[in-house]
Amino acid sequence: MTPHPLIRVRDLNVHIDDHHILKHININIPDKSVTSIIGPSGCGKTTLLKTFNRLLDDTANVKVTGSVLVHDEDIYAPHAEVTHIRKKMGLLSQRPFPLPMSIYDNVAYGPRIHGIRKKSELDSIVEQQLKDTGLWEEVKDRLHSPAAKLSIGQQQRLCLARGLAVEPEIILGDESTSALDPLSTHKIEDLFVRLKEKYTIVLVTHILRQARRISDYIVFVYMGEIIEFGPTEEVLLDPKEELTKQYVKGFIS
Amino acid sequence: MNIKKRKAEEVVFKALMVSACVVVSSSLFLIVGTIVAKGLPYLSWDMVSKVPQGGFYIGKEGGVLNAIIGSLYLAGGATVLGLLLSIPISIYLNIYLKSGSPLSKSAKLAYDVLFGIPSIVYGAFAFSIMIWLGVRASLFGGIIAVTLLIIPILVRTLDEVITTVPKELKHAALSLGATRWEAAKVILRQIKPGIYTAILLAFGRGIGDVASVLFTAGFSDNIPKYIDEPAATLPLAIFFQLGSPIPEVQGRAYASALILTIIILAIVIVSHVLAAKQTKHKI
Repeated sequence: MTPHPLIRVRDLNVHIDDHHILKHININIPDKSVTSIIGPSGCGKTTLLKTFNRLLDDTANVKVTGSVLVHDEDIYAPHAEVTHIRKKMGLLSQRPFPLPMSIYDNVAYGPRIHGIRKKSELDSIVEQQLKDTGLWEEVKDRLHSPAAKLSIGQQQRLCLARGLAVEPEIILGDESTSALDPLSTHKIEDLFVRLKEKYTIVLVTHILRQARRISDYIVFVYMGEIIEFGPTEEVLLDPKEELTKQYVKGFIS
Repeated sequence: MNIKKRKAEEVVFKALMVSACVVVSSSLFLIVGTIVAKGLPYLSWDMVSKVPQGGFYIGKEGGVLNAIIGSLYLAGGATVLGLLLSIPISIYLNIYLKSGSPLSKSAKLAYDVLFGIPSIVYGAFAFSIMIWLGVRASLFGGIIAVTLLIIPILVRTLDEVITTVPKELKHAALSLGATRWEAAKVILRQIKPGIYTAILLAFGRGIGDVASVLFTAGFSDNIPKYIDEPAATLPLAIFFQLGSPIPEVQGRAYASALILTIIILAIVIVSHVLAAKQTKHKI
């Protein structure tokens, strides 16, 4: 139904403590496009995102069944290499969390842990990623000052640059603009649209207008189940399911 | 409730808070003032540069250099040993284990209990181990007892500092493909100032404790050259001298207390300066 699925989720169930958070999730996330996961608070959309890079592993009493295939590799297979899986997915969280080090070291952190040591190589990665995220002109004279000194919008772009520096295939955004001012939000949204040429982007958002502005596909999640999935225009303008209609009109939130 | 009554309530409780603050902070000045007034006249270069000579305890020549060095060795050794154990403990409990895991919860409860155990109990416990191992009262025994005493302090302090680090920082490192150890190193950078606070608390507690070293470190008029020799400590030196009926010796007890206070003050200042230097990259 969708072209070139990159992530294929098969009968995924997530329990935390005794709560059935995600129920029988089946979905194909299309390659090289922006897919937005929408739904009311507490519906499980962030949990769904966290299953993709296995950050859910860090929560106690989680039980995950089913499979998540990236290309054809099941990331929940018993011998799956977690660090390798996470390297393939850049995560942009709700608020920016720069690492407690300089701007340069933030971007170089990922490449360094994955074995790049040569200064010239790191220099060019840092420059390239900062240029890609539009930060270069703003920070090129203070690469070695603390990342915490940047404005919150700049920090978020730095976090994106840091994620891109490990050459992921997928970018996961968890309400990545919710802490930002309108101008910074606009910059991040522009970046997502530009980056989808090279990356597969999955976003969680509760802003319908944002989902409409930037996404190609929309997944509507309600009470831990996928209610509807399809191209943006179809889901938002002509939803097939009654629940989606109500959500889009603002009757349920 | 009318506004008059509410305002009166405000005044009463503010007065209570202010007076509590004044009483507590003035008692600090009272303590320090007493020590300075009684000890300063007896504080001499000899006190800090010489070990007890013949007849020191009846008011003759000598100083408490043996106790100063002994205390620094003990507290320093115990702090280093304590950090070597407690940093891995807090990293494991907070970063390796999942948040809210049963093991981490029960371990933290255990450290809370250990935190409340009086130091004499640690002294007695370390003493019984020493008997079992056939070790006599020595610097080594003292360091073990003080280490036991300060580990719960270190673990609890580090624990509180680590829990203030947002878990998203750990997730940020993990999502870049970091191993948990690599993520732990990022978090250690973030909490560096907190580590200095923990060192300060542990060292201060270690250098001032009598009960844990009473049986384990022994006492000696000489500066220990090896770890298996008994070592004097300032709190014990104060205790012995204060028990003397001779005014000269009693005065020296206060001078020793003054030295101990100055050492602790120096540690406080140094750790604050170091902690302030480390906040540059903190997010």
